[in-house]
Amino acid sequence: MRKRHIVLTLYIVFLMLPIYWLLNMSFKTTNEILGGFSAFPRDFTLDSYRTIFTDPTWYNAYINSITYVVINTVISVMIALPAAYAFSRYRFLGDKHLFFWLLSNRMAPAAVFVLPFVNLYSAVGLFDTPWAVALAHTLFNVPLAVWILEGFMSGVPKELDETAYVDGYSFPSFFLRIFLPTISAGIGVAAFFCFMFSWVEMLLAKNLTSVAAKPIVAAMTKTASTSGYELGLLAAAGVLTIIPGAIVIYFVRNYIAKGFALGRV
Amino acid sequence: MNKTFNNKAWWLVLPVFLMVAFNALVPLMTVVNYSIQETFGNNEFFWSGTTWFEQILHDGEFHASLKRQLVFTGLILLIEVPLGLAIALCMPRQGPWVSVCLVLVALPLLVPWNVVGSMWNIMALPDIGLLGKGINALGIPFNYTRQPISAWFTVVLMDVWHWTSLVLLLCYAGLVAIPDAYYQAAKVDGARPWAVFRYIQLPKLKHVLTIAILLRFMDSFMIYTEVIVLTGGGPGSTTKFLSIDLVQKALGGFDLGPAAAFSIVYFLIILFLSWLFYTLMMREEAK
Repeated sequence: MRKRHIVLTLYIVFLMLPIYWLLNMSFKTTNEILGGFSAFPRDFTLDSYRTIFTDPTWYNAYINSITYVVINTVISVMIALPAAYAFSRYRFLGDKHLFFWLLSNRMAPAAVFVLPFVNLYSAVGLFDTPWAVALAHTLFNVPLAVWILEGFMSGVPKELDETAYVDGYSFPSFFLRIFLPTISAGIGVAAFFCFMFSWVEMLLAKNLTSVAAKPIVAAMTKTASTSGYELGLLAAAGVLTIIPGAIVIYFVRNYIAKGFALGRV
Repeated sequence: MNKTFNNKAWWLVLPVFLMVAFNALVPLMTVVNYSIQETFGNNEFFWSGTTWFEQILHDGEFHASLKRQLVFTGLILLIEVPLGLAIALCMPRQGPWVSVCLVLVALPLLVPWNVVGSMWNIMALPDIGLLGKGINALGIPFNYTRQPISAWFTVVLMDVWHWTSLVLLLCYAGLVAIPDAYYQAAKVDGARPWAVFRYIQLPKLKHVLTIAILLRFMDSFMIYTEVIVLTGGGPGSTTKFLSIDLVQKALGGFDLGPAAAFSIVYFLIILFLSWLFYTLMMREEAK
């Protein structure tokens, strides 16, 4: 038993070290960072955070990111719900091929899609809006949501549907009033995963926007390269990107393992 | 579950179908279009057949990045799968610590990929980073911007930090799902911990391990952001993986034809892997 605790503790320490280092740097002045190695900030400062919260290019980048992530999560889960129901309850013409095709999009390298996406979203006039990124991210989030929801829905016995129909429910009222509450945990997990994968993605988010809808991930890379190396600012911005993830993870902590198994355990 | 045959179910799938078709088919057609044509600008295109494919398949740079990619993915699997499994066995199953451990362990998965890169970038700086300074203090010369070995070490360590938790969480989900009766039966038989692992836990984990291995295989095959921020593919091109090579060709060089052919070859590799994944999964589920 003792040995297990040690191994687990070591692993968690290993996971926390880079996060600690990021936090440590975010409270230092740039001069102190470049001045030499130190495990704690000597001149504790909140300047980096102050800059981010007062400079519109910084905080707008956060708002832009959250906007497209939320749009994406809502769209992905809403259209995935009926589809997942269909896959979990019915066989239909081409169902297996369709499911595989969806799956293959989850596996598609974003690098392959960057250039055509820029062309496509420029052509439909959405380039440099949160909608472009939100819609582009559905490429991998919709299949993922369908997959997770289908796993959760398959765990619900079909008798539930049949009893409801016998009781005189129509399909929409059954789906909204009985079925959705039953799989609310699954919906939460699917929404969490859509949020997460949209939040962490950079390649598409960066290339589908330029000025007006610049996301935080792009703002960070630009700062890092243009103004020399403002490490303190970069670290503070990094810390602030971890916080939303840490908050949402708390809500789904009991289901997260099941979610990673795509609802199939 | 026995499913009923009903083609009306297509109506439920239609929104997803249209959405993904818009996002996947249109771009894919664009890529196919570019891959078989030659352009001199002005939107004038000429048929070029399989020239670009031949060029890319004989391209030394492509071969080199493919080889690097395979070595990287192999290393990642060899380290992350056993490590994730081992740590999942160490996780508590009940009690107040479960939630705390789960949240802490899952945290790296929620860090934006470019932040992962920046984080390890500053961690590994040889003069002022914790990792870089630490290794140098041990007397081992370490500089990830100059030495290929240091760069590879940092990239692999970063990926282990970032993704081992995925394997861990999958295995943990599998372990929690094993009914208590199995362990009690083992206890009655006087089975040793190793026997419990070998004959109860491992077979029960086969399904989640399949998911874990294949997800890690495919995701590490597409790695881009973390590496581009950490090393930029350098020093030289020693950490230039497939995606980095492709983005350089597509966005940097404006070499649309070869880049498109590259995309298609890359996509076919991934498609083959997904197919393998899907077949394995379905065979598991059919059992």
